[in-house]
Amino acid sequence: MTNTLRMSTIYFLLTIFGLFMILPFIWMISTSLMTQSEFNKNEAIFIPKEQYHVWEDGIQSKRILVVMDKGDSTVVHVLNKELKIEQEYLSIPSSQIREVIKKPSLSWDNFKKAFNKVPFGIYFANTLYVSFSSLIGVLLTSFLAAYALARMEFKGKNFIFLLFISMMMVPEPIYLISSYMLLDKLSWLDTYKALIVPWCVNVFTIFLFRQHFKSLPKELFDAAMIDGASTFGMLWRIILPLSKPIIATASVFSLIGSWNSFMWPLVMTNRPELRVLQVGLSYFNQEASTQTTLLMAASTFSIVPILILFFLAQKQIIASAAKTGMKD
Amino acid sequence: MKTQWKISPYLYVLPALLLLFLFRTIPVIMSLVIGFFEWEITGSGSFIGVKNYSTMFADEVFWQSITNTIWFVLFVVPASIVFPLLFASLLNQIKRLKSLFRIMYFLPFVTSMVAVSIVWKIIFAEKAGLANTMLGIVGIAPQKWLAESTGIFQLLANTVNLQLPTWMAGPSLALVSIIIVTIWKGLGYNTIIYLAGLQNIPKDYYEAADIDGASKFKQFFKLTIPLVSPTTFYVLLMTTITSFQAFSQVYLMTDKGGPLNTTKLIVYYIYERGFDALDMGYASAVALFLFVILLLLTILQRRLERHVHY
Repeated sequence: MTNTLRMSTIYFLLTIFGLFMILPFIWMISTSLMTQSEFNKNEAIFIPKEQYHVWEDGIQSKRILVVMDKGDSTVVHVLNKELKIEQEYLSIPSSQIREVIKKPSLSWDNFKKAFNKVPFGIYFANTLYVSFSSLIGVLLTSFLAAYALARMEFKGKNFIFLLFISMMMVPEPIYLISSYMLLDKLSWLDTYKALIVPWCVNVFTIFLFRQHFKSLPKELFDAAMIDGASTFGMLWRIILPLSKPIIATASVFSLIGSWNSFMWPLVMTNRPELRVLQVGLSYFNQEASTQTTLLMAASTFSIVPILILFFLAQKQIIASAAKTGMKD
Repeated sequence: MKTQWKISPYLYVLPALLLLFLFRTIPVIMSLVIGFFEWEITGSGSFIGVKNYSTMFADEVFWQSITNTIWFVLFVVPASIVFPLLFASLLNQIKRLKSLFRIMYFLPFVTSMVAVSIVWKIIFAEKAGLANTMLGIVGIAPQKWLAESTGIFQLLANTVNLQLPTWMAGPSLALVSIIIVTIWKGLGYNTIIYLAGLQNIPKDYYEAADIDGASKFKQFFKLTIPLVSPTTFYVLLMTTITSFQAFSQVYLMTDKGGPLNTTKLIVYYIYERGFDALDMGYASAVALFLFVILLLLTILQRRLERHVHY
């Protein structure tokens, strides 16, 4: 096989697979721009089109909706310029009906309708509040713990390290029930605290930071110690500025994680005004189950913030994802 | 100075340690105990010994959820190894557009399971769903997808008018629909991990193989697969553990694990027992059972890894 042929086969296969991967997103967006009847009729795959008959009586032409075809005459609704019904159940001669007009039309107001149907504004605000609060917590606790684990010698360090690893390995569903009972005992159920505080620690971030601190030159720390900087002052003035890229990476991961988390907030909160976006979306899924186009619109705007974050930081995200799978 | 040096490391790890201890360690320890009690939704429990466990082992729905979960894992895990390895091997050979393809493959991984479950639920809709529309294009009869409780092997056998025994019917088409979503969602992550693994293989190996006249096909099976095996073990372990935890797709795409409980995966069953039936003790017993399975699998895979490591 020649090299060009081989390369074109590879590109072809990658494109086919790639299209399959993003097809659901394309379909989501295109469906979110259809009217419900367009979707139900399954006539508008991928490109929503509006379809009208036109009534031409020799003087003027008007857009109409056909209600019933009676052979020689047809019962129609006549539409005005805004495509609202102007005149109902009018009988006109069938010969005056012209061919179907099809042109692309996008129902942007699906987004507005979906957004206002349930308080998505509140859900967004809750999600932002919870995500950023736990992000601050994660960064603080991880930065400090990772520093001690990377740069200090103390009794019990290995034990603590092992404890961190073992806690990382336990999956969430295992401790979901017991956490619920614990938060119940603390009277934290149905509060923001339940959504934020338990997620202010992240073992993955601790490891990420620890790895980074170990990679910084030892001389840097020694010089600072001779300078007489306190450990905390050194951390703040010297290490922090050197750690901006790794903090950015950890933040993106933390934000994606809390933005998408679902089972925990579903279980730990009940009050509608505490719903985060994913929980709100799941309730919307139940309430509006027949309103396909609105569901697609809501799904679309719920993932847009994460998509923006992903496109801005895709290099770092993909690189760090690759690193977590590597053995050191 | 010296005393300060001794105290401060603990102060640094204290916040993280405290939170982890309170919100991970304590709940995990609690979950070992809760299953031996009967719990009302609030208030205190009464000790009932192993009753939750004996109920569990006699519970048909529990066993069905175990069977469903096993089918689920058996489909998801191999596919989540084979496809990503294939994608990564292809990606590893190109220079241009590499990052565009990586983005396309990775996109489902960063989006929320809730949103994509809603989208796929509509893709699998019987009327006007994309899945049936595509089947129509290639001339296959529309399927009931998420509403189909018949096993897929039986559905295939139906086409030749064959009746399989129940145990051979396989996972329901509804469960397979959920499996497809799950594989699709995780492909990109595993692809990226494989890509990193492939880039670690020294180029000279392939050059030597080229000189020896080994075909690309042979190189893939004799060189790439063995050399990438550490990555495969990592992917195997992680995908197995995460696929045992699938929940959101069942919650959003099915009607309470239906039809006929065929999509009820174990974590959904834990949720249902705990928060629908409000039987926390029983739910916790099931969770502990899952914990033991995952622990055993982790140990088993680590042992296996030591033997097969190249």
